Amino acid sequence: MELAFALAIGALTASGVYLLLRARTFPVVVGLTLLSYGVNLFLFSSGRLVSGGQPIIGSTAAYSDPLPQALVLTAIVIGFAMTAFVVVLALRNLADNDDDHVDGRQSGTDSKLDSAEEVTGK
Amino acid sequence: MSLPLVVLLPFLGALAAPLFAQGGRTAIAIAASVPALIALAALYPHWQTLADGGVVLHSYPWLPQLGLSFSFRLDGLSLLFALLILLIGLLIILYARYYLKPQENVGKFYALLLCFKGSMLGIVLSSNLLLMMIFWELTSLTSFLLISFWTHKQDARRGARMALAVTGGGGLALLAGILIIGNIVGSFELDAVLAAGDQIKAHSLYPVALTLVLLGAFTKSAQFPFHFWLPHAMQAPTPVSAYLHSATMVKAGIFLMARLYPALAGTEQWFYMVSFTGMATLLIGAYVAMFKHDLKGLLAHSTVSHLGLITLLFGMGTQLAAVAAVFHVINHAIFKASLFMAAGIIDHETGTRDMRRINGLWRYMPHTATLAMVAASSMAGVPLLNGFLSKEMFFAESLQLNLPGIWAWLPPLVATLAGIFAVAYSARFIHDVFFNGKPVDLPIYPPHEPPRYMKIPVEILVFACIMVGVFPALSVGPLLYAAASATLGGEVPEYHLAILHGFNLPLFMSFAAFFGGLLMYSQRQRFFDFHARFREIDEKAVFEATVSRIASLATRFTGHIENGSLQRYAGLLVISVLAVAIAPLMNLGVFVGESGLSPVDWPTLIGIGILILCALATAALHRERFYALVLLSVVGLMVALGFARFSAPDLAMTQLSVEVVTIVLLMLALFYMPSWTPIESSTTRRLRDIAIALAAGAGMTVVTLAMLTQPFASISEFFLANSKPGGGGTNVVNVILVDFRGFDTLGEITVLAIAALGIYAMLKETALTPPPGDGLGHRWTRDAYPLMLRQIARPMLPLALMVSAYIFLRGHNLPGGGFIAGLITAVALILQYIASGMIWTQDRVPFRYHNMVGLGLLFATIAGVGSYAFGYPFLTSTFDYISWPIVGKFEVASALVFDLGVYLTVIGATLLALVSIGRLSPHSAIKSKKEGA
Repeated sequence: MELAFALAIGALTASGVYLLLRARTFPVVVGLTLLSYGVNLFLFSSGRLVSGGQPIIGSTAAYSDPLPQALVLTAIVIGFAMTAFVVVLALRNLADNDDDHVDGRQSGTDSKLDSAEEVTGK
Repeated sequence: MSLPLVVLLPFLGALAAPLFAQGGRTAIAIAASVPALIALAALYPHWQTLADGGVVLHSYPWLPQLGLSFSFRLDGLSLLFALLILLIGLLIILYARYYLKPQENVGKFYALLLCFKGSMLGIVLSSNLLLMMIFWELTSLTSFLLISFWTHKQDARRGARMALAVTGGGGLALLAGILIIGNIVGSFELDAVLAAGDQIKAHSLYPVALTLVLLGAFTKSAQFPFHFWLPHAMQAPTPVSAYLHSATMVKAGIFLMARLYPALAGTEQWFYMVSFTGMATLLIGAYVAMFKHDLKGLLAHSTVSHLGLITLLFGMGTQLAAVAAVFHVINHAIFKASLFMAAGIIDHETGTRDMRRINGLWRYMPHTATLAMVAASSMAGVPLLNGFLSKEMFFAESLQLNLPGIWAWLPPLVATLAGIFAVAYSARFIHDVFFNGKPVDLPIYPPHEPPRYMKIPVEILVFACIMVGVFPALSVGPLLYAAASATLGGEVPEYHLAILHGFNLPLFMSFAAFFGGLLMYSQRQRFFDFHARFREIDEKAVFEATVSRIASLATRFTGHIENGSLQRYAGLLVISVLAVAIAPLMNLGVFVGESGLSPVDWPTLIGIGILILCALATAALHRERFYALVLLSVVGLMVALGFARFSAPDLAMTQLSVEVVTIVLLMLALFYMPSWTPIESSTTRRLRDIAIALAAGAGMTVVTLAMLTQPFASISEFFLANSKPGGGGTNVVNVILVDFRGFDTLGEITVLAIAALGIYAMLKETALTPPPGDGLGHRWTRDAYPLMLRQIARPMLPLALMVSAYIFLRGHNLPGGGFIAGLITAVALILQYIASGMIWTQDRVPFRYHNMVGLGLLFATIAGVGSYAFGYPFLTSTFDYISWPIVGKFEVASALVFDLGVYLTVIGATLLALVSIGRLSPHSAIKSKKEGA
């Protein structure tokens, strides 16, 4: 079981990292999401893989470790907030540059006027 | 209390003094004198203790964990330096009153001067090495500001920068040295360090510590080869030079050597490093001083030379040499300060400092000339003046050095040679300036005597020169004894302060130096011609070139790494993580720990298989953005199932609801974005990225496997044991969130709120027109809000709200809680937006999500602060059982209020983000308005 779980985390990481290295914003956002799944699962699994040991007092004989669960719970929510933030950053980039490249407008088409507009936020 | 007061008063004075600048130079000079006068009065009562060899300690804890304390120590040595700093400081204040012009920024000058004085007093009075280090750096900074006081002069700015770079760099070395010493001794308190001298010297790190400390001392005290900053610092106003570069700042390094003398001195390393550095500095400074045409340049090099002399004396390692060194510190401060002041007067009255133009001033300012001539004679070592006494001791000590064989001749030879140079440049200072024909086109002509009071500080110092020279035992005897005793750790050797010790070898060396010097000066033209054959190195140019070379290297390096490409940054980040992790990971290999693998079951294996497949497919099909998104949602669902499978119901519920929101969010974003990612990277690049990604994935797999199969001990036993009795809930995860680690959660929902507000702010003024179709030739459907969806969505809302209320309330005891309930509510509301449009929903949701976010944070904070009212620390929770009819007996925990805050923040933040994106397109807003109407 542990091996399968580890492979799942590895697959999430590999896919996430590959997408992270792409040149367009959307794949990068998707990659970050995959990566955060992987990280969450990893953090969660630091409490080891326990079957039927939900940390509800009185519901079972042995409990799984509640601490990583609590940490991951907030990590999931904050991960969402960060994904939303990055998505919006990508949208703003699209709105300002008419392009969804991660580096903003391509250097070839850059001009002083445009960068001045960027500063004032259009 | 009096010692910290002595140190802190000047800083307070620095704040107050500029207020007096309006009242003119006299007012501010008087105001600036107050801290020193109070300090002198505060030090006076301690004299009797110190004269008996006692020590006054005032200590207050500051950061005991770091070994840093606010402790001050007064003994003979620190008293000597404190008196030099305070008394010469007073004279400088008076002198500067007349030196500065009324239109100059007098307030700034005095404020800086006082700051410097405070820092300097801090160095000499600190009893904690770390505390001393703080003041040490403060002197570097304040002296930088003082040297560059005339900020309009480029030379002044550059000179200041050079001084800061050299002394600041030395300061870093010193800090490292002090840390090592503190580590060896186990304390940074001076008492402990001084008592642990043998322990330090026996330690294997002693040579390192010694070198680092000496680097600090040598840079500060302008020792060869770091001496070059001092002459360039002469761009400072003359009162600054007279104060910093004769009596105080450059003596800080000397002080350090004296202070740590019992702890560090007495070894071979000390002897060779200190004495040879001192010898080189002594000779080079004295030699170069002869050829300087600039009055202050001559004095600066002479200062370098005298500092070398003192260093050499400390390096010799004998007790008598240390006494002589302390004695020369006093004498040099006195005559050099007066000479700088005299040079300043001449500069002030003639408008130049070039000795080729200043001649024959005797006729114009006989009074100043007399004073300067006495001081210069003291510098040369003429009998009956103070300089003679300590120089005589120096000559005597140079004969006592037991170097092997022919080398025994070296110290006396160097001493005599330096003595000859000293007499020659002193003679030049006297003859070239005050005699030697007529002035050559002076900017101010004719020069005349300065204001009466400007001469008073010089007179006082020159009087001191004579007093010490004629009645040494009477004037400085007790102070010197106290200082020497403190330097040597209480063992003062027999020494005798007298004008004449009989006709012996040192006296002969003095005479040789005196006549040799006069002879040399009379033949100066030959030496000038000889010296002119060598090209002089302009240290400033070298320094500037080095600085700009380093800067351009750094720029190039930065430009190489930071080229504006996010792809490159991300790549570098991952690669560097791999680079760090690769060796340990290789060692680890496919490692299965003691716990071994647990058996697999088919459903789980299939689930994990789907997860892996979909994750890889997401990456493989990422160009088709919509497909990638669908696959991503499958991955998310599988993750949620995985949480459920492995005993984390709370996580499963959270992941499930977050998944819905995330996918809606990404769909919404995709609406505005191209639906297709073009191929941009070359095949090689993609292959490279695949390799990086696979390496990262393999690394994570290996690490996870190793971790999962290791037995572990967790701190969670505490949470499990205390959840019910302490937190009043059986759902331990929720109790951790709202109770045990409530403060963390408060921080986390704050992050959530900030992210949501950031999103709102980023999109507030932005408009985006979505493409007309999905990019594959299909236009968007005209039926924006399908009837069926609308009909189903509307009754869903109250149901969903009910469920979320239930989940919220039971959260303390069963899976659920504020986070999950908030997400469920958010999903229900989002469904309304999707089904019925922005305007329709907005009309029916009568509040702004900003307020909701704020309200949520407020609730959470109130729940935390509320516990103060009952005398408990922040975020202490309590609970009780109440019974209601029908519902029965149930439990109410104060943490519920906190969880309500979490609930509200989550709803507000989620919707604020999504609605901000939904509102982006003006097109859809108009359309939805039509629909809604």
